[in-house]
Amino acid sequence: MENIINIFIKSIFIDNMVFAYFLGMCSYLAVSKTVKTSFGLGVAVVFVLAITVPVDYLLNEYVLKAGALSWLGESFADVDLSFLSFIMFIAVIASMVQLVEMIVEKFAPALYSSLGIFLPLIAVNCAILGGSLFMQERQYASLGEATSFAFGSGIGWLLAIVGIAAIREKLKYSDIPAPLRGLGITFIVTGLMGIAFMSFMGIQL
Amino acid sequence: MDKQGNLYTFLYASIMVIIVAAVLAFVSESLKPIQNKNVEVAKKIDILKSVGIASDAKNAEDLYEKHIGANTKVINMNGEEVKGSAFDVDMAKELRKDADARNYPLYVCKLDNGQEKIIIPLRGVGLWGPIWGYISLNEDKTTVFGATFDHKGETPGLGAEISKEFFQTPFKGKTIFDESGAFTSIKVLKGGSAGNAHAVDAISGGTITSNGVTDMLEECLKGYEKYLKN
Amino acid sequence: MSDKEPLFSAKNRKLITNPIGAQNPITIQVLGICSALAVTAKLEPAIVMSISVMFVLVFANLFISLLRNTIPARIRIIVQLVVVAALVILVDQILKAFAYEVSKQLSVFVGLIITNCIIMGRLEAFALGNKPWQSVLDGVGNAAGYGVILVIVAFFRELLGAGTLTLPAVGTLTIIPQAFYDLGYVNNGLMILPPMALVTVGVIIWVQRSRNKDLIES
Repeated sequence: MENIINIFIKSIFIDNMVFAYFLGMCSYLAVSKTVKTSFGLGVAVVFVLAITVPVDYLLNEYVLKAGALSWLGESFADVDLSFLSFIMFIAVIASMVQLVEMIVEKFAPALYSSLGIFLPLIAVNCAILGGSLFMQERQYASLGEATSFAFGSGIGWLLAIVGIAAIREKLKYSDIPAPLRGLGITFIVTGLMGIAFMSFMGIQL
Repeated sequence: MDKQGNLYTFLYASIMVIIVAAVLAFVSESLKPIQNKNVEVAKKIDILKSVGIASDAKNAEDLYEKHIGANTKVINMNGEEVKGSAFDVDMAKELRKDADARNYPLYVCKLDNGQEKIIIPLRGVGLWGPIWGYISLNEDKTTVFGATFDHKGETPGLGAEISKEFFQTPFKGKTIFDESGAFTSIKVLKGGSAGNAHAVDAISGGTITSNGVTDMLEECLKGYEKYLKN
Repeated sequence: MSDKEPLFSAKNRKLITNPIGAQNPITIQVLGICSALAVTAKLEPAIVMSISVMFVLVFANLFISLLRNTIPARIRIIVQLVVVAALVILVDQILKAFAYEVSKQLSVFVGLIITNCIIMGRLEAFALGNKPWQSVLDGVGNAAGYGVILVIVAFFRELLGAGTLTLPAVGTLTIIPQAFYDLGYVNNGLMILPPMALVTVGVIIWVQRSRNKDLIES
């Protein structure tokens, strides 16, 4: 249990998807002009990460990993399909996003109208595939750990995009050198936010 | 044929998947031996490092062959040799079993000066993820000759320092049995390790990682107690 | 366009030069930053990453362009994803076999080439509507534009952060002479940390836009 909380805290603050690994930067830069829309996108990312990472975890554990197919019988114990993991993960993500979109549209039209436009964007958001790849790379020991990592990463991403959006709303009134306006200053501010987040590194649990 | 029709779309997708799968399976199969070799070499470099032999990807194979070669065994908790190849034992898997059901691999390394060192693999958990390493013992089977540690993602500057030399060197000369011959693992203590034959200094600010190293040594070395006493 | 058009006509050359400068995918179109910056703490992984992206982008562009008249519209995105993912797996397998050390440093970021927006963006915007040769050139150009930024960022981060430059096949070169350190020069460890990659890109954008006023955002 302590481990799960550890992973959760770590993935929000220290291994933050945006500040430590620059994942999901495309949508981070494109959709961070107002707090309202960025919050919508952030929630969608949390949502999709929390679904796809556990699914990919099971897929990796019972199909792809070396020896993962041994539940099918002894003769499958040597099969190693890990070279297919990229393609399987992206396929799971694309179909999950599609599925979530259809379900949300059918059962929660109100949620769909606020979240729906972001869902197609998310299939190619690096943070989502990154979540699954980090999950595989770090060899989480249980489904609980993987899920807690997914939630943490999503919330970390949400925190980052809402933070930058709030700063950008204020930046509109600042006198920034012309060549830095827009993209340039956003990069630099993100860098400064990253440095601020690094102060969480000394966290002891 | 209607390019937007269901049949065409379906056939198109199927053929594409078959071609892609065939190409990838072929490439993966043909590169597999080279990739496995790389992983093996990396492990050999680590093992050799614990007895102070520096090697790189080019000479690790030869050095390993020269100093260790087939001089490895797998034992059980009672110190009896069991079947299996020490090099292929996956420590992560073994540690999930009960202590008396585990396989304990060890390597015997013959140095240039004729001395033989026993190398024992270690694995445990730090603050954020797995930590692992190798520890080598002198012929008296109690004095540490060298140790090397590595980690997946400990905090840089704090826990991550366990992979640095200044943390690893003090292990040399420590003992894992006390004077009466009882097993006493080496502890990583905050300050006050001076004069203590079973402790080294901890990293300030890296308490949990340091405790992880202590637990790892205790947990992994314990299983070799019977073997080392004989 | 006539069939007699030379392979490197002025128009075709533009396909390569534009994305390196005024149409740079990273600093102007804001694409493909995701998988890029984390590998720029050292020069070597940055170069290997650029080459990998170029390989994937050129071949993905070529295949999609060759297939462009046969792909059913409904599964267009899936077809593109499969082609890209397959190429990325190839790159990953080759790196693991022949450049093991670098592949460990790149870790998951090779896989993230799949979701690199540059690749999907070029497939959608260019390869689906153009002939194979032009698509290949477009791929070379965009990957080079991406690589240039990556290499510049990595160059400054490694030089200022560690005082060295690591090149593939050459190894680590010490650039800052010992005499500097004796005089009190200290490496700026901050440059190695992730946030400085963002600041470095910000500064590159600043320099580029100061020189080319057309690019300034209103």
